[in-house]
Amino acid sequence: MRRYSVFAIAREAMRAHKGWDQQWTSPEPRSSYDVIIVGAGGHGLGAAYYLAKEHGITNIAVIEKGWLGGGNTGRNTTIIRSNYLYEESMDIYEHSLKLWEGLSQDLNYNTMYSPRGVMMLSHNIHDQQSFKRHINANRLYGIDNEWLSPEQAKDFVPVLDISKTARYPINGAALQRRGGTARHDAVAWGYARAAADRGVHIIQNCEVTGIRRGPAGEVQGVETSKGFIGAKKIGVSAAGHSSVVMEMAGVRVPLHSNPLQALVSEPLKPIFPCVVMSNTVHAYISQSDKGELVIGAGTDQYNSYSQTGGLQIITHTLDAICELFPIFRRVKMMRQWGGITDNTPDRSPIQGVTPVPGLFVNCGWGTGGFKATPGSANLFAHLIARGEPHRLAAGLNLDRFRTGRLIDEAAAAAVAH
Amino acid sequence: MLLIHCPYCEEDRSELEFRWAGEAHIARPDNIAAISDEEFAEYFFLRNNEKGLTYERWRHIHGCGRFFNAARDTVSDKFLMTYKAGLPKQPIPAETKAEAIAEEKTVETWEQMEGDAR
Repeated sequence: MRRYSVFAIAREAMRAHKGWDQQWTSPEPRSSYDVIIVGAGGHGLGAAYYLAKEHGITNIAVIEKGWLGGGNTGRNTTIIRSNYLYEESMDIYEHSLKLWEGLSQDLNYNTMYSPRGVMMLSHNIHDQQSFKRHINANRLYGIDNEWLSPEQAKDFVPVLDISKTARYPINGAALQRRGGTARHDAVAWGYARAAADRGVHIIQNCEVTGIRRGPAGEVQGVETSKGFIGAKKIGVSAAGHSSVVMEMAGVRVPLHSNPLQALVSEPLKPIFPCVVMSNTVHAYISQSDKGELVIGAGTDQYNSYSQTGGLQIITHTLDAICELFPIFRRVKMMRQWGGITDNTPDRSPIQGVTPVPGLFVNCGWGTGGFKATPGSANLFAHLIARGEPHRLAAGLNLDRFRTGRLIDEAAAAAVAH
Repeated sequence: MLLIHCPYCEEDRSELEFRWAGEAHIARPDNIAAISDEEFAEYFFLRNNEKGLTYERWRHIHGCGRFFNAARDTVSDKFLMTYKAGLPKQPIPAETKAEAIAEEKTVETWEQMEGDAR
């Protein structure tokens, strides 16, 4: 792999950009691999990358039904933060945030991580108490998070309406300055390029249709639309389709797949300096580097794999955005799309071993998986390589639904992740 | 937005009037205190989450307020049938099933139907 650098750009500028390499290859699958990862999103590609980089396993295939990064990695609102309440959550999201900070250098790929701040608006006394509890928990754990008065919030985001007569009055805000955004495609592409460079096979347009198991119940490989591919270990990282893939091995996981929508506006001049979330009225918004306002809506109430969603859901969010930021009332929306999120009963992810030997699962990231991409991938690689979870991900095991050690972020943290 | 037929009101109404209420035909074990942790987890947390035909409960919360069951395709979101609570799992008529598979890509919405009416 030829490294990207300012000198490479200068060199290519001199010869009409004809010397750039392909970022990754599309090989035909081998008959077997040491590790197969199902799902080439950020989490799956990242796990392959860290397996190769940190654990010395390079005989890996990442198998993807569609195109890489085309599922939830390419469908989210790219918000990154780590201000969760419980230690299990703080551990993994903060691990992830620390990796985000050096990810572009590590991958030699500009992931456009921008720590522009994530502000969560408080509208009532309950919000205020809850956010202050989060702030205290975070600070005690060494994670930055601070309380802002309405005036300080407006200083940070000048277009915010903090008037007393507003439809949704604001009595303060929590701000995590290290939170922010990154470029979603670049994350998938950067991991794909770096993994392929270390010998990982990325096999796109290849659907897993079955998981073959041996006499002792252990995994032997996957049946795919390109035939059988053997594997000693299989890691499932299939987001909204995790239930479908796990069912192939006879493992039931406690997931609901729900559509989650997002939308972007026409491009505007820079006007919005950070990410603002309001859990109470359910709106979250940031501005991309292209100038589009990126707006996240809520999930639909029913299980679905349709990658669409009801219009009433985005209308509800846009109503709230227009009240919080009256200046955006006449902005036109340009595109809308849906992704399929995999939600667990306690709204915390599942990463761990399964009852099937050689089968590992990484799912349940629900509405907030993008921010966790590097951390989740890094710890999933550890899990697959060692066969046991890393200390930071130990609490996220599948067994917690039997033992009752749930990580109940649904009640305590945000609606919006 | 989905268009849902309430089997009690016998009317097609918009999804706004309804609340999704999880997988249908799950019976609470009679001996809930005696069952093992595995059995409890299975009853309490594990759901089918099917891609394709699913049986689920809905509640006409802003209408008659009653729970009923529905068979729906989770790929197209199309409702294949709804039936009253308490009835056993209903088989899907063959022609409805064939029609649903043919229409798998289209999504029937309230907006579309209202548009047709106008």
